[in-house]
Amino acid sequence: MRKYYLFFKLRFAAGIQYRMAAVTALTTQMVWGLMECLAYKAIAESSGNMPMDYSAVVSYIWLKEALLALFNTWAADNDIFGMILNGDISYELCRPLSVYSMWFSRTAGGRISEALLRCIPVLACAFLMPYPYKMGLPVSAGAFLLFLLTAVLGLGVTIAFCMLVYILCFFTISPQGWRMALTGAVDFLSGNIIPLPFFPDKYLRIAQLLPFAYMQNIPFRIYCGDLAAAAIPSAIAGQVFWFAALTLAGLLLWKKAEKRVVVQGG
Amino acid sequence: MGIIMRIWKSIILYLRYASICVRSAMQYKLSFLLMIIGRFIIAFNEFIAIKFLFSGFEEIKGYSYGDVLLCFSIVQMSFTLSELFGNGFKVFSGMIKRGDFDRILLRPCSPILQIIGNHFEIGRTGPMITAVITLVIGIRTCSVSWNAAAFFTLALMIAGGALLFIGLFMLGAGLCFFSIEDTSIINVLTYGAKSHGKYPIDVYGRGILRFCTYIIPYTLFQYYPLQYLLGRTTQWRLAFYPLGIVVFLALCYAVWRIGVHNYKSCGA
Repeated sequence: MRKYYLFFKLRFAAGIQYRMAAVTALTTQMVWGLMECLAYKAIAESSGNMPMDYSAVVSYIWLKEALLALFNTWAADNDIFGMILNGDISYELCRPLSVYSMWFSRTAGGRISEALLRCIPVLACAFLMPYPYKMGLPVSAGAFLLFLLTAVLGLGVTIAFCMLVYILCFFTISPQGWRMALTGAVDFLSGNIIPLPFFPDKYLRIAQLLPFAYMQNIPFRIYCGDLAAAAIPSAIAGQVFWFAALTLAGLLLWKKAEKRVVVQGG
Repeated sequence: MGIIMRIWKSIILYLRYASICVRSAMQYKLSFLLMIIGRFIIAFNEFIAIKFLFSGFEEIKGYSYGDVLLCFSIVQMSFTLSELFGNGFKVFSGMIKRGDFDRILLRPCSPILQIIGNHFEIGRTGPMITAVITLVIGIRTCSVSWNAAAFFTLALMIAGGALLFIGLFMLGAGLCFFSIEDTSIINVLTYGAKSHGKYPIDVYGRGILRFCTYIIPYTLFQYYPLQYLLGRTTQWRLAFYPLGIVVFLALCYAVWRIGVHNYKSCGA
């Protein structure tokens, strides 16, 4: 009996490690979300007219925290960077598969599984918050369906962009620094730091010309009813366009990168 | 005399450690430069976010754009300084795991000196550029009359903040002695304060203000001296509140000491 107990203890101890990581992640995201809600509350109280309703901002913030794993551009798949740096990429090239599609699907799988695991506790807490900080339900059933559709498209745009970041690593020796610079800028332009409606008009128009406004910005704003119904078709068209354009760019760049790979043996 | 000699020797040793770290970073100049730029851009985004938000309104809970920028730059500066000098504590859990701490204990020299000296990472100074830019804009646009007392308060706030964050990093490192579990929960208190400390803490309401006074004393370097700096109160003693952080630092140091005393190597 004792050895089974020890097995149980071993597995339980390992499980607790992950539980602590989950508690840490949940605490971090709840603190972040709540602090942002409180800051926007102060802004809403100090200024008469906010570009978004306060309740919409609250839902936007909680969605952002819950689906962080889906849409952030800074937490790219480190295994892929590792492969490029340590040369394991040569094994990937040996496989009779398209490297682009392979990396695309593994990134998508990683992001979706992590998001599913993370979003449930965050959303549960967000729905249980006291009144002004409570996450709202989608404005209508149609809005929820459109939210799901645009979330998938937005994820496509996000991953297509991350693919470009991976492939650009073939052209530089020290990817860390500029990756930080690039993803920092994207973080801002995709509405992860402040929602895009808070941008001054002039800059909002520039931001909307870039692919980054078609990542999390569209689904989140459809969910909270901030995006006018008339603007939704063009937003979806924009997502499709940027998804196609970034994928094409990625494939072309990959063709170039593939030719540059020199396997040094080993 | 003896104690002065010892402190002097420690400083010399620390400087030597730091210069070796800087020289090793300079071996990869491009990488170093890009790191600085990357971190600068990330911090600069935060500044742009404040600028954009303030295009829609004049003030937040009575704080103007300049006031918030001043607060933002003080927190950024303190945090950057603490990361520069206290980075060793941040990577300490890795040192325990690899058994590096055993080697450190064997040497006839203060463990803290070795830990912080070994990880003096000059590449972390990127946000300082943003902090200096926002400080200059803040100083020019906020409602402070700049005299010697104001600059003194400002310097004390930045130093106090840096000590507070170093204390938190030390506390996080000290927790590694007591728990094999993931101690990264301390990041909520450090990174969280860095990102949300851009607004004076009373913006977040009374509950948060209490937490940030009695649990982790952020208000000692941010909210209270800021009230004096911005001329919202004439109580000059508020300017000396950052000195109270020394007590907090001593408590963190006590946790660290207890941890080191109870440390048992698992063989490396």
